[in-house]
Amino acid sequence: MTSTVNNMMNRKVKNMKRTDGRSQTDVRPITAKTGVIKKADGSAYFKIGNTTAYAAVYGPRNLFPRFLQDPKKGILRCNYNMLPFSASDRVRPGPSRRSREISMITEKALLPVLDLDAYPNAVVDVFIELTETDAGSRCAGICAAAMALADAGLIMKDLVAAVSVGKVGNDLVVDLDGVEEHYNENESTDIPVAMIPSTHEITLLQCDGIIAKEELFKAIDMVKPAMQKIAEVQRNALKEKYR
Amino acid sequence: MNEDIKHDLIQSLSKNLRVDLRKNEDLRSIEIETGCVATAEGSARVKFGDTEVIAGVKLAVEKPFPDTPEDAILMVASEMLPLSNPKYEGGPPGVDAIEMARVIDRSFRESRCIETKKLCIQKGEKVWSIAIDIAPLNDDGNLLDVGAFAALLALQNTVFPEYDGTKVLVDKKTTMKLPMVREPITVTVFKIGNAFVVDPTETEQTSFDARMTFAILADDKICSMQKGGDTAIMEEDLDIMLDIAIKTSQELRKKIPR
Amino acid sequence: MSEEQKKVVVPGEILAESMEVLPGFGTYRNEKKIIASRLGLLSQEGKVIKIIPLSGKYLPQRNDIVIGQVFDILISGWRLEINSPYSAMLSMKEASHDFINKGADLTRYYNLEDYVVAKIVNVTSQNLIDVSMRGPGLKKLKGGRIIKINPFKVPRIIGKKGSMVSMIKNATGCKIVVGQNGLVWIQGDPAMEIIAIQTITKIEQESHLNGLTEKIKTYLEQHGLTVVKEESHDEQHDDHSGHEHRQDDQYGEQHDEQKGEEYEEN
Repeated sequence: MTSTVNNMMNRKVKNMKRTDGRSQTDVRPITAKTGVIKKADGSAYFKIGNTTAYAAVYGPRNLFPRFLQDPKKGILRCNYNMLPFSASDRVRPGPSRRSREISMITEKALLPVLDLDAYPNAVVDVFIELTETDAGSRCAGICAAAMALADAGLIMKDLVAAVSVGKVGNDLVVDLDGVEEHYNENESTDIPVAMIPSTHEITLLQCDGIIAKEELFKAIDMVKPAMQKIAEVQRNALKEKYR
Repeated sequence: MNEDIKHDLIQSLSKNLRVDLRKNEDLRSIEIETGCVATAEGSARVKFGDTEVIAGVKLAVEKPFPDTPEDAILMVASEMLPLSNPKYEGGPPGVDAIEMARVIDRSFRESRCIETKKLCIQKGEKVWSIAIDIAPLNDDGNLLDVGAFAALLALQNTVFPEYDGTKVLVDKKTTMKLPMVREPITVTVFKIGNAFVVDPTETEQTSFDARMTFAILADDKICSMQKGGDTAIMEEDLDIMLDIAIKTSQELRKKIPR
Repeated sequence: MSEEQKKVVVPGEILAESMEVLPGFGTYRNEKKIIASRLGLLSQEGKVIKIIPLSGKYLPQRNDIVIGQVFDILISGWRLEINSPYSAMLSMKEASHDFINKGADLTRYYNLEDYVVAKIVNVTSQNLIDVSMRGPGLKKLKGGRIIKINPFKVPRIIGKKGSMVSMIKNATGCKIVVGQNGLVWIQGDPAMEIIAIQTITKIEQESHLNGLTEKIKTYLEQHGLTVVKEESHDEQHDDHSGHEHRQDDQYGEQHDEQKGEEYEEN
């Protein structure tokens, strides 16, 4: 952690408490579990604050139609979906432009750790269902999916951890909740990040809102300890199943 | 289903033997959690063995249907999530999901379990709408009964948000509950060979010949029915199936959190 | 070392930081570090650090005996679902010891939804799978029950030289075939089938604990069954199928060592 962030952190811990009492670098309370979907080859539950994601992995399995097959390696197919009651207004069932984009970036966030060379022409399907959301749902989905992939026994060089970081008013904060995301008529900046925890390689990076270059790098630095914490929770949950 | 394997399964069921050590009329162990979805006005997660369903209720204020200007709008929807079982593919709800939603919808509507007239804000203009969505997380058979039970518990768990006359303030919850006066319990009895079975696992369910779904009230009266399956049933079958359903509904009723 | 003492590791976990040790199955090296690339039990053999997987799909290997289900009938053979990412092809000439005429009604041999015990005879680089029914113990399975277990637990269900499965067979009087692909077929008296399935499920769940054989023996005895523990078994026994041949013929301890499972009880 750089000293700049450290100083800033200290100042913030002293001066500013977030609405739910967290410090700027705190993530919301997390619960995680694997093996929650009995018929799946791997599955996980990841709850951060009031955002809850379930992920199930089916595969590697036969892929149809045939034109989608890759004769060199298996492919990854993610499906992110919000259940109708998972937001303040009922979400219409079925895919939306938003859910299709998130599904796609979820695939891209997970692919760098996955080795599917042993499964030519096959597919690994990941189904992510959000039962409740209070910001950070794509990150929660990625966290659950990474655990489910590991639970399914797939070959991965590491897990993937994900959480958002951003700017609320003048403050950089980790893991924005719904109130912060909508702060001041949505004037906050939300930056969802996914990382490979051991190398800090970034596999997902988006930004909704305005941020300066310097602040962006500060924010990325600031989110690293949170990633380690999340990875720890993920690892423990994967092991817990076998205790 | 492989016919020889089905034959042996029927042999076993005719001796009242099930692979998970249950008797034909036994339910699996039941687990219930209510109020588990922060974003829903009411919610419940119900497990019968490995089958697990989550149901959520969303309330909104809408214009009533012209033919029922004073009645709340009730809507039940369900989807077979591909997350819950490898046999499901994505896409619009198939006929199974539609049947499940409609049968559950009928149990609520026909039992008049919700006093819908009490949910009128302004006749012909504004009434509360109640959307119940049922989502199976784990499908190991008997989704309809588990879904119906989860939906009922979600309705009973529902608390109104504040309404300021123009907007529903979803973040501000009141203490007001839905005006519920009855508790329809849905029970499906499956006929497999000559055996009658409740709460089948997926393997058992794939072998059934006929099924009868009943929604049953506290006084053992029926408020809706649905026959399913490719095989016809006799009146004698119906008699047995209804008795089993009534007995099972009494058992399930005891599980409702009070 | 017993499995109980073995540590569960997850992808990305650093297992060692030294050039003295070598990365084995389920691990990779990054500079000095050896890192886990899949979920499993950490194990070291000499200088090699490896992982014994706890989950994953069955990947077909030549000479494996599997249980498959017919899902398609083609002009010259059958396609079998073998609980793996890839289906298997059973050709007419591999289907039976008898000669099958061209144009014969193939459903007379194996019909849709039939279960069979088959041997994998070829796996290509693209994972095209050929199976054969020509060999001892390879046959159609009629009736009974099929259950699915974790394919990585198959060696534990079989036990050392087939001792575990023999114990269950003798106690329950059921015929049992354990496919390397995680499908298990059980047939016998309905009440006994259920005890056999409960026992197999128990082994699957408790396979990582010590004294498994004793526990299973006690469990069977609790059901009022007589248990004879066998070290070796009768070669001529009627229901000798898949796994025994695998155990006795070309696959012994050595292969199972490669698979990283230990049959030994501590």
